[in-house]
Amino acid sequence: MAAVTPTAVPVTAAPLPVAGGGWGRRVVLLVAAVYFLVPMVIAATFTVYNEAQGFSLGAYGRILSAPGFVSSFLLSLALAAATIVIVLVLLLPAMLAVRLGAPGLRPVLETITTLPLIVPPITYVVGISTSLREGADALAATPFWQTLISLQDENFPFVLVLAYVVLALPFAYRSLDAGLRAIDVVTLVEAARNLGASWPQVMLRVIMPNLRSSLAGAAFLTLALVLGEYTVAALLGYQTFPVWIVTISGSDGQLSVALSILSLLLAWLLLLTLSRAGRKKS
Amino acid sequence: MTVEFRGLRRTYGPTVALDGLDLTVAQGELIALLGPSGCGKTTALRCVAGFERPDSGMVLIDGNDVTRVPANRRDAGMVFQSYSLFPNLNARDNVAFGMRVRRRPVAERHSRADELLELVGLAGRGDRYPHQLSGGQQQRVALARALALAPKVLLLDEPLSALDAKVRVSLREEIRRLQLELGITTVFVTHDQEEALSVADRVAVLKDGRLEQVGAPAEIYDRPATPFVAEFVGTMNHIPGRVTGDRVEVLGQLLPIDGTAPGELVDVLVRPEAVRVTPAEAGPALIMASSFRGSTARLRVQLADDSQLLADVPGHDAVRLAPGLRVDVSVVERPVLVTARAATSDDESVVSA
Repeated sequence: MAAVTPTAVPVTAAPLPVAGGGWGRRVVLLVAAVYFLVPMVIAATFTVYNEAQGFSLGAYGRILSAPGFVSSFLLSLALAAATIVIVLVLLLPAMLAVRLGAPGLRPVLETITTLPLIVPPITYVVGISTSLREGADALAATPFWQTLISLQDENFPFVLVLAYVVLALPFAYRSLDAGLRAIDVVTLVEAARNLGASWPQVMLRVIMPNLRSSLAGAAFLTLALVLGEYTVAALLGYQTFPVWIVTISGSDGQLSVALSILSLLLAWLLLLTLSRAGRKKS
Repeated sequence: MTVEFRGLRRTYGPTVALDGLDLTVAQGELIALLGPSGCGKTTALRCVAGFERPDSGMVLIDGNDVTRVPANRRDAGMVFQSYSLFPNLNARDNVAFGMRVRRRPVAERHSRADELLELVGLAGRGDRYPHQLSGGQQQRVALARALALAPKVLLLDEPLSALDAKVRVSLREEIRRLQLELGITTVFVTHDQEEALSVADRVAVLKDGRLEQVGAPAEIYDRPATPFVAEFVGTMNHIPGRVTGDRVEVLGQLLPIDGTAPGELVDVLVRPEAVRVTPAEAGPALIMASSFRGSTARLRVQLADDSQLLADVPGHDAVRLAPGLRVDVSVVERPVLVTARAATSDDESVVSA
């Protein structure tokens, strides 16, 4: 029987379903807003009103002059800056390498970066303090002992940076992953390489500029984490900003709540700036 | 500059992507690597670009072995299948990217970028960002970017496949015009036979990582070296035939055989334009359908044994050769390619003309 070379049949994509809006969404938003705002309003009221003095902004006025505020805040900011740099320097090239060279390892990387959410911080601290203690004994006779000691310097406890890097991985990974999913990384990297770019140039001129929002998101989440992390710092005996807030709450409750509210507002401000920057870009 | 593939082999686990590819692209030539998905054409191109390292064999550019040279030192401009413009840069800065990496002065790279944008028909659009450009415009910018450093070789990896039909045709003509104007050696990967035949000096047809045939477009189309090439390039009718000496009997005619016959019972491969259809009141065949294409019309004709074949006739004959008309069917007298009879062919269904 005579036959004909078959020809391809064009395939048409089915339209995607569109999500509905309306009253249901508004109700959910309202409930969520009430859930978050009520405690905030009560905390804010506590900072400006008490039965003996009535309305007063004194708690906010005392912040700058409070003993230990500036040093603990600056320490936390410095720790956050170091953590952000290390997280990004470690994570971004690793994620890029996996996407370009071994996409099959992506689930492995994802699982590893999720582990800090699963392991309780207290377990983590016990591990760190045991390592520091036994490490000091084991390294006592070697030049590394001094390194171990300097990691625990009170003025800048680098050991906290190392701990925060691990704790920040889940958040930074997800933010960067969302950014990398939004661009055709492989093609962009190959295009840049084809045009003569070295690997550092690929990173600085192609990847990072196209991941601005994700990098800012990862940095912000890391900053928020460091400014709010209490367990590790307290149990290792360092006076970071959150530890100081808890310490001061024993003697001046209004001041500590006022500071918590201010740091929350600072975080919101940063988030707002980020989302505005992201919108402008798109 | 010439490009040579010498015994190129590349495997991915058990899959053989390239199986000893030997091919030379002459200076200033545009060669199209044509084949179905998975035939190894893109892998071959990526070996030239430096994105793939062959397991064995060599890639030579202008006689120099570049097999181990990193991609950023290959001096080969490439246009990708997917849109590859840097989203954070406007069209001018995209074109100037390679020059910026090489630290050329700002004024020089801007003037060169504007010059190239003009060359690809995008003068005055240098300030637009990729998301402000259409798909065709983006690929034009990508082409200008690939040419900005005056590379030795231009590599085109299915650059038109994401575009709509009209833009695809105009851009491929533009690519050919530019290639001839600049005299740049070009390797063009495509799975679209029409695209390959229309722009290339030579077409290399690949199958399972091996070169099936390389030749001028007309040679590939008219004198396919293998049944695969005959099948892949263009539409082909398979008509049962019987070999008699050095000829084959098909549709009541005795035609010379191109090559050697694999046996007595064969399928004769005949292109639709080689099928003649003439009206005949008591003709043994019936026109079932007609598809008007402007300059030609494609007819689906049912033979006496109920099998069907396709025939291309001049467009102005479409009205005369309408569905329902009884016709005589014959094949243009010239050597035909034959293959072993397919399992579905029916020996008894040979049409008497």
